[in-house]
Amino acid sequence: MRHLMLTTAALALMGLAAQAQEVRVYNWSDYIDEELLTKFEQETGLKLVYDVFDSNEVLETKMLAGGSGYDVVVPSGTFLQRQIQAGAFQKLDKSKLPNLKNMWDVVSERTAQYDPGNAYSINYMWGTTGIGANVGKVKEVLGEDAPLDSLELVLNPENMEKLSGCGVHFLDAPAEMIPMALKYIGEDPNSHDPEVIAKVEPVLMAVRPYIQKFHSSEYINALANGDICVAVGWSGDILQARDRAAEADNGVEIVYNAPKEGAQMWFDQMAIPVDAPNPDGAHVFLNFIMDAKNMAAASNYVYYANGNKASQQYLNEDVIGDPAIYPSQEALDNLFTTTPYPAKVQRVVTRLWTKIKSGT
Amino acid sequence: MGRLFLIALPFAWLLALFLVPFLIVLKISLSDIALAIPPYTPTLDLSEGWAGIKAFFAELDFENFVFLTTDDLYWKSYLSSLRIAALSTLLTLLVGYPIAYGMANAPDHWRPTLMMLVILPFWTSFLIRVYSWMGILSTEGYLNQILLWLGLITEPLTILNTPVAVYIGIVYTYLPFMILPIYSALERMDGSLLEAAEDLGCSRLSAFWLITVPLSKNGIIAGCFLVFIPVIGEFVIPSLLGGSRTLMIGKVLWEEFFNNRDWPVASAVAVILLLILIVPIVLFQMNEQKQREADQ
Repeated sequence: MRHLMLTTAALALMGLAAQAQEVRVYNWSDYIDEELLTKFEQETGLKLVYDVFDSNEVLETKMLAGGSGYDVVVPSGTFLQRQIQAGAFQKLDKSKLPNLKNMWDVVSERTAQYDPGNAYSINYMWGTTGIGANVGKVKEVLGEDAPLDSLELVLNPENMEKLSGCGVHFLDAPAEMIPMALKYIGEDPNSHDPEVIAKVEPVLMAVRPYIQKFHSSEYINALANGDICVAVGWSGDILQARDRAAEADNGVEIVYNAPKEGAQMWFDQMAIPVDAPNPDGAHVFLNFIMDAKNMAAASNYVYYANGNKASQQYLNEDVIGDPAIYPSQEALDNLFTTTPYPAKVQRVVTRLWTKIKSGT
Repeated sequence: MGRLFLIALPFAWLLALFLVPFLIVLKISLSDIALAIPPYTPTLDLSEGWAGIKAFFAELDFENFVFLTTDDLYWKSYLSSLRIAALSTLLTLLVGYPIAYGMANAPDHWRPTLMMLVILPFWTSFLIRVYSWMGILSTEGYLNQILLWLGLITEPLTILNTPVAVYIGIVYTYLPFMILPIYSALERMDGSLLEAAEDLGCSRLSAFWLITVPLSKNGIIAGCFLVFIPVIGEFVIPSLLGGSRTLMIGKVLWEEFFNNRDWPVASAVAVILLLILIVPIVLFQMNEQKQREADQ
């Protein structure tokens, strides 16, 4: 009998060893505390392969090509919605995700507009699209009353002309920049009407000559090093630049502001591709991420708010207490969300964006 | 039999590595965009047999190629790529020729070392070398720091994210492709020809123009094509070092593919790019052929 038990134990061990499978995660760059990756491997015995991207477009192309080989990917809300329609994701098996109880209804209600019933995805982080500024340099150029918290800073050609000397980067993301410009001219930021969208062309063309680069991740380092003085970017990325500058102690002071005219609120959602090689491992990863302490560690590291209510008690004061990350109720009401463009409108949007970027 | 094999092998190579991929791209360029995996329609459904194949071909059309003519973005990008490729080929030649000349005229025991110095950077990843240029050229970068320290400038120069940075990156990256063919042409040159020219009263400069340059002509032509052809489709250097003003077809292709998710139009852009490249490629092959015949 004892012999049999030993054999069974040995077989079970062998089974476990054979199960030391991989989970492949494809997430945004600079978007996690890397200690969590080691912790995941230690706790679960699964081998984690972690790759990064810096644009939804790159991820979407991989999803639509199929056979990406990833088990967990992190598209933003509008992209998630379109990819669900294309059949790129599988429904979550919620029985494998006990930590779903930790999620925050304030966020889940909003993400349900992209993913009804949150059937395909869990929220990882959310944030706003706004303006990062090197306070010293901007005030040197525009004076003490520089409109750091207003779209006037980046969409008024007079200000931009002065700022061009110290360098301005815009996100290379039409789905962020066009709603922002629409908001500036008082139109509906979520408009899908090509005629309304066309109205942003003169607005963006007027400031285009003063934009040094359209890029969606370089601005973190460029702001922190003092290479540029203003960036339109994602909240947490700019706050990371702020912290890198503070650590480097190079005299660069960065602030982030969600524009007072209204800012876009976005959600990055973790989902499992329909052809994921290891969907079980993917669920283990999602459940690990939804653990309150793990999620708090991620937010404390990357300075983005998350959709996890239970994690809030573990958040550092400079995260949960910072209105740039966790906005007040009043500020929350001032944020807007967008929905994906239909294919024909998408072409108009991309063409407009190419025109704005290249001048052609 | 052996002869047949000798002919079949390169043809099989060409078929597998060029023709088949090209036909796939051509096929996608004749399709329509769709929200699906993969993101175009129709896809070939062999389960329905002959009818499926017929239905598939019936749905293909040249709509995407027509579309390319309706928007000036595309021809402007092709032209701009050609212009950038031509200018950077010229710059690479101007920098590369003196280096190759110096190498060919260096003492024999120096040559392997010099050759090594030209090839050595290739052992580092291309991407890392382009990235390091970002560190050199940025506003707070090494170049500006040195120039400021020397007192040559008072305000840092904006080089990164401008066309100048793109040219620097291209010339740097493609320089060995220019140096090596010119060097091999110059190295084979008979030095006594120059002595004879001088004996006959030719100045050193005119001897260079009348003898050295014509004898290295094939090396120059080969080097220019080796730089010109890949630069037209270059994507990495303009996207890392260039700003939004650098219009190149490689970037347009990327945007069609990634931002628009429009694989059919992206494929049409790629097919046209290939057609444009065929002209210099054929010229290059003819030059090589001529040289081989001359050598025999």
